[in-house]
This record gives sequence, C-alpha cells and structure tokens, in this order.
Amino acid sequence: MREINVSEVTEAVKKMCIDANYALSDDMKKALESARSEEVSELGKQIFAQLEENLAIAASDQIPICQDTGMAVFFFKIGQDVHFTGGDLNQAINEGVKQGYTEGYLRKSVVGDPLIRVNTKDNTPAVVHYEIVPGDKVTITCAPKGFGSENMSRVFMLKPADGEEGVKEAVLRAVKDAGPNACPPMVVGVGIGGTFEKCAEMAKEALTRPVGSHSDKEHIRAMEEELLDRINKTGIGPAGLGGRMTALAVNINSYATHIAGLPVAVNICCHVNRHVTVTL
Amino acid sequence: MNKEIQAPISAEVAKELNAGDMVYISGTIYTARDAAHKRMDEALSEGKELPIDVKGNLIYYMGPSPAREGRPIGSAGPTTASRMDKYAPKLLDLGLGGMIGKGKRSKEVSDAIVRNGSVYFAAIGGAGALLSKAIVESEVIAYDDLGTEAIRKLKVEKFPAIVVIDSKGNNLYETADKLYNKEKE
Ligand code: SF4
Repeated sequence: MREINVSEVTEAVKKMCIDANYALSDDMKKALESARSEEVSELGKQIFAQLEENLAIAASDQIPICQDTGMAVFFFKIGQDVHFTGGDLNQAINEGVKQGYTEGYLRKSVVGDPLIRVNTKDNTPAVVHYEIVPGDKVTITCAPKGFGSENMSRVFMLKPADGEEGVKEAVLRAVKDAGPNACPPMVVGVGIGGTFEKCAEMAKEALTRPVGSHSDKEHIRAMEEELLDRINKTGIGPAGLGGRMTALAVNINSYATHIAGLPVAVNICCHVNRHVTVTL
Repeated sequence: MNKEIQAPISAEVAKELNAGDMVYISGTIYTARDAAHKRMDEALSEGKELPIDVKGNLIYYMGPSPAREGRPIGSAGPTTASRMDKYAPKLLDLGLGGMIGKGKRSKEVSDAIVRNGSVYFAAIGGAGALLSKAIVESEVIAYDDLGTEAIRKLKVEKFPAIVVIDSKGNNLYETADKLYNKEKE
C-alpha cells in the first residue's frame, strides 16, 4: 500500500491546468506544422501561419492559447494499491482547478447550474473520470475542453446492421455539421461500442491520445486512416474558410458492446487540443 | 482583397465589403456574448435603453481571459456566433453595423444583414493570444457582474478579420468548401 497525500494531487492539478492552456503538446505542434505544409489554399496557409504565431505569442507573452480555457476534464488512473490521505480527493482536485485557473489568469467558464447559470467564478467543478488499475501509481491526464467544438459533438445509437459504413457516415456527418464552428483543423475523437455513456467517455479519452498514434486493432486503425482522408476531402479547411486540412487526426477507441447495439460517439476538438499527463 | 476599415463602420464602407475580403479593423468596438445578449434582449422587451448605442457599431462575440498586470486584456479570440442568432436580427434592425465571431449564421441573421446593409466578419478561432495583440485598450462598460461576459469597449488597431457574409448576402462558408471539395473524385 502506497500513501499519497491529496495535497500532491492539488499541486499537480493546478500545474496541469496552467501548462495545458499555455502550450500544446509536441505531437499537436508537429501535426500543425506538417498540416501547414500540406495545405493547398493560400488563405489556409496564412491561417496556419497565424496559428503558429499564436502559439509563439502564448509562450513568450504568457497569454492563454485560446480565451476559452475550457471546462477542466480529468482522467484519473488510480493504482489499486494507492491510499489517498489528508482529505477528500474530489475536493483536492477542485482546489487545484480553482488555484490553477485563478493564479494562471485562465478564464472562468463554468456555471454552477445548467439552467440557473450563475458563474462559479473559479472554473469548478471539474469533470473527473476515474479508473482503477493495477499497481501503486496514479496517472492523471488533464484535458481542458472548449465548448465551440464540444457543442458540435454527437452520440449516435446505430443498429448492428449499420456496420462500418454506418459508423463512417456518422463521423463524417458530425464533422460536416461542425464545420467552421469547431475551429478547424480539428482532432476527432471517436468511441465505438460499449453503452451510451461508455462510448462518449471513450471518444473524449481518444482526444488525449497523441496525434499520429493509431489504434492497435488493425480494422480500427484502417478506419482512422480512411476517415482522416475522407474528412480532408470535404474542403472545409482551416477555420472553415476552404482548404484541405480540415482535421489533423481521427482517434478511435473501441470496446465490447451488446448484441443489439452499435453506439458511436464523436467528440470534436479544435486545433487547441490540450492535454497534459503526469504520473504520481 | 486586403482592406483597412474604421469602426464604427459607415453604411457606405459596409456596402463595399465582399465575402472573402481580409480586413484590418481600427477604432472602437464592443464585446458581448451569450449572457449580455440575453440581458440586452430583455431590456428591449421591457422598453428600456441598451447600454450601448448599436448604430454603426461592431459587436465582437468574445469573452476574454483575465488580463495580466499592465496589459489591456488576456486571450481574446471569437466565440461561436450562432448562439447569438436568436438576438442578432433585432440588433441589426436597430442599426448594428456588424458582428465579429466565428462559425455559421442562421438564415434570419443573413436576411437581416442584407436588409440593413450590415456585415458578418470571422476572426480566426483559437488565435486568442495573437488577436489580443490588436487590442490596445479595454474597459468594462456594462453588466460588470457577468465577469468575462460583461460588455467591454475595446480600442483596436488593425484587428484582422475576414468578411464571411456581406451586405449582398454572399456567404464565404457556403462557397469556400466547395472549391476544395474532393469527395467525388
Ligand atoms: S473551439 Fe477550441 S479553439 Fe475554438 S474557441 Fe473554443 S477552445 Fe478555442
């Protein structure tokens, strides 16, 4: 049994919220650079140049990459031999979010009730997904999510007979409906299988997989590649102003499902696809 | 075409703008997003005055991140415009000069733009750090309690934007993707 004081979690969460909003991960930066060289539209190329400049200014002048610094989403993979001490883990996470968003000059974009809609003024509460895994480590991924792209995400409860083609159509439908609203070039996270909520969670987690990595299942990998190719033929382009590079990646996670169903979730993310992972 | 324009915007200048033009806006603009639009709409329904005179003015759909000491503003890129579609036609009919945001607009908004000789610009979504460099002054002038959603008066210098819907009703989002669409090949 390993003991971890929850104050360590607060510190880590605070730092991750800040880091994620001021710099993209290396895989995202590389993907943007190579997309710039593949873009065919002149305006599109200019937009890529602006996005690169934007990242440089964010780092040098300490201005968040995007003003929508997101709702703070976390994936906690907790080793089953870990014992948290010193307080309530959920409170510790929210304390980290509060400190990170306040001290990091990040925007407070959360309302405490979806209908009464009063801003909580510290960007809490976070959305936290927990998973228990073997071992005595805790791996935390922080993925602040902007809502321009979140609002364009979809869940489709397809029928088994819809098959692979049905899944591809669903993903393409979601991407085309999103268009300029989702700040393309997008990263498209897809969850296939499981249940209604499981596929949505998989789609979200797929966004945190490095851009350029692929599913280790052969048929899923083929679908990732085909969908990226087809999305980049829609012509939506950077900022939705026409061009080739509509998406940087399609990341698909899949899971077992019921004999009667084929759930598919499409979680659209913009080019500000933020994720930071640390292990305690 | 690249053009430099002043804000507030005159009807003559708005008429000269065409979908696809790259513009650099200098002058005074106002921010308002979801919550501020809801309040302005309620004020109008109750017959009260708006906190800003919309005539000829540009509204930027934007809620910034907090400014660091000594800076006018934090990150300051556009938010999705369609959420303001419900409110925009009324403001356009009152003389609103134009809107800056990102993403598609409804037919009602497009019709109101044509009817009033107005314009819809897109700024590059997700380039909030870069766009903040074109904002030289910022002051909250109404609805302070809304935090990031308050109405701000901004002084901008060469703020970059692209004309998406012009006063003739041309819509860049509806034509640009077709030029590059290769799905049938
Ligand atoms: S969709 Fe992404 S890039 Fe666009 S405004 Fe929202 S967080 Fe920023």
